[in-house]
Amino acid sequence: MRHDIKYTFLFATIVCVVCGVLVSWSAVSLADRQAENAALDKMKNVLMVSGLAKQGEKLSAEQARGLFEQAIKPVAVELATGKITGAIDPAEYDQRAAAADPKLSRPAPPNPAKVKRLPKYAVIYEVVDKSGQPTMLVLPVEGYGLWSTLYGFLALDVDLDTIRGLSYYEQGETAGLGGEVDNPRWKALWPGRKVFDKNGQVAITVIKGHAGPPDTDPYHVDGLSGATLTSRGVTNMLHFWLSDAGFGPFLKNYGASRKDG
Amino acid sequence: MDNQAKHVLLDPLVEENPIVLQVLGICSALAVTTKMDTAVVMSLAVVAVLTLSNVSISLIRNQIPTSIRIIVQLTIIASLVIIADQVMKAYVFEISKQLSVFVGLIITNCILMGRAEAFAMQNPPGLSLLDGIGNGFGYSLILVITAFVRELFGSGKLYGKPVLPVVTDGGWYQPNGLLVTSAGAFFIIGGIIWLLRMWKPDQMEEG
Amino acid sequence: MEHYLDLAVKSIFIENMALAFFLGMCSFLAVSKKVNTALGLGAAVIFVMTITVPANNLIQNHLLKKGALAWVSDSLAGYDLEFLGFLCFIGTIAAMVQIVEMAIDKYAPALYSTLGVFLPLIAVNCAILGASLFMVNRDYTLAESTVYGLGSGIGWFLAIVALASIRERMEYSNVPRPLRGLGITFMVTGLMAIGFMAFGGIQL
Repeated sequence: MRHDIKYTFLFATIVCVVCGVLVSWSAVSLADRQAENAALDKMKNVLMVSGLAKQGEKLSAEQARGLFEQAIKPVAVELATGKITGAIDPAEYDQRAAAADPKLSRPAPPNPAKVKRLPKYAVIYEVVDKSGQPTMLVLPVEGYGLWSTLYGFLALDVDLDTIRGLSYYEQGETAGLGGEVDNPRWKALWPGRKVFDKNGQVAITVIKGHAGPPDTDPYHVDGLSGATLTSRGVTNMLHFWLSDAGFGPFLKNYGASRKDG
Repeated sequence: MDNQAKHVLLDPLVEENPIVLQVLGICSALAVTTKMDTAVVMSLAVVAVLTLSNVSISLIRNQIPTSIRIIVQLTIIASLVIIADQVMKAYVFEISKQLSVFVGLIITNCILMGRAEAFAMQNPPGLSLLDGIGNGFGYSLILVITAFVRELFGSGKLYGKPVLPVVTDGGWYQPNGLLVTSAGAFFIIGGIIWLLRMWKPDQMEEG
Repeated sequence: MEHYLDLAVKSIFIENMALAFFLGMCSFLAVSKKVNTALGLGAAVIFVMTITVPANNLIQNHLLKKGALAWVSDSLAGYDLEFLGFLCFIGTIAAMVQIVEMAIDKYAPALYSTLGVFLPLIAVNCAILGASLFMVNRDYTLAESTVYGLGSGIGWFLAIVALASIRERMEYSNVPRPLRGLGITFMVTGLMAIGFMAFGGIQL
């Protein structure tokens, strides 16, 4: 093996260039396909959390898109004021990228869910029935668990209090422990629970151990055994996004407009 | 197959298992064995990447300058893993979601680096290929056994399907919570080592 | 000051790289036979971590993340190179390890031969990459990254030296022959892990 400096430099440069090119080429050339897959995945998740598609049901791209177009209305919301806005196109908007862009976001107030930045606008989804009447709202939620940030959707009934589902489409928690947020049996514990208590405070909590059925124990959901921090993360992020720092103002406005409208 | 090739391929299964003898690949053995399906996905990924990396490094082994060999090996390993991840995200999205979390764990899986240093740098590509497959399968064997015990006795399921009726679902089996934690994995692998060395006493260490 | 002290205590005890997150296990189990070698490897890990975590922080914030390249030229501000993250971080780590390896070979050749293949394996010590990845995930500043790198390294160091001390003591115990060495080490580590679970609920 050669030892002179010139050769070493040359070799190192060649390896860097070759590897860099191969990795970048694979990332760039596959980027569109990956973005499509990710968008489709998000659509399927919105459909599943709102009950329009069954858990784990195999939907083709056309089926998913068809269902989505029929029943889901993306709505752009300005977080701080809670007003619906036309400032961005909900179909094209990338909320996560906006949160990282200082022009389209601001630092979040300190919160246990470790949400660092709040985007100016968020896209929520209105689920409508065949006659066009809204039946549910699907809100994007995110927060830190143990190892990773969990990204998911919370489906709220139009009464703005009853939970219809909670589903995460991206998480990096420990498989078998925190990763059980994806377990259909745990997800099935959410429909029917209530968010706000009699004083209007966010009361929904993931507790340690067992909770009763939704009618007798509406504010509690079973904890994930062996995954205390992930469970706490879920509670923290729901509290954050349903509070005035998150979708609170929007929910108040929406409720008011429905009473008048 | 000639004798040397046979040894290179088969020894890592029992005689020179990467996890229980060479002490390589432990971190992932703890992290992904809570369930059978993640253990299997990880095993397949490691066999594939280990084989590719062994062959690539072996092909240029005489050209790599000693002073930068660690970095070169790592760059090749990391690039292979990232490309594999990108391809999966594009073509098998569902599976890639499970694996993306572990991508970091594969790059730092000491088996890849350990075999590159200990074998691929000194041996021709053909043998390095077999070494990669052999060690990959040796690793998979331990992973699958550990995951089997952990999932079955830790949560009463196999592959996500309930096998032992769990108390929380109205059954009789109280799941062993300890097995679901990493501490449990340590005890299981310790147990595997115990049984293995009773069977193959030449692997025992002197006290 | 208090914030940094909190971070240090958290990274040394509560989020101990070896016994709470189970990172860096291969070298942890294989090199803990003698306290002296464990001290040597542990010190190397502290050194590498303290340098690479802040270095990777700089790389992440000024090269990789979206908008980071704005200091070079405004036209590059739109680029997001985060997919090169793993490659860059590993590169920094490998470079540091190569330097450490050359230094140990020159100044402590006995340690060099005892560590064997596990010295280059520091480069793939998942604890070291893990520390950089956590730093990115939690968006630490440069100062926080340095404290975090130092703390995590010290935590790992303490864990491996503790294990080595236990193993040296066990030389005088009557361990069943098939369990001697690696087998009993696994079991002891399991027990140490259970012990460290006691720190799990502490919120600073």
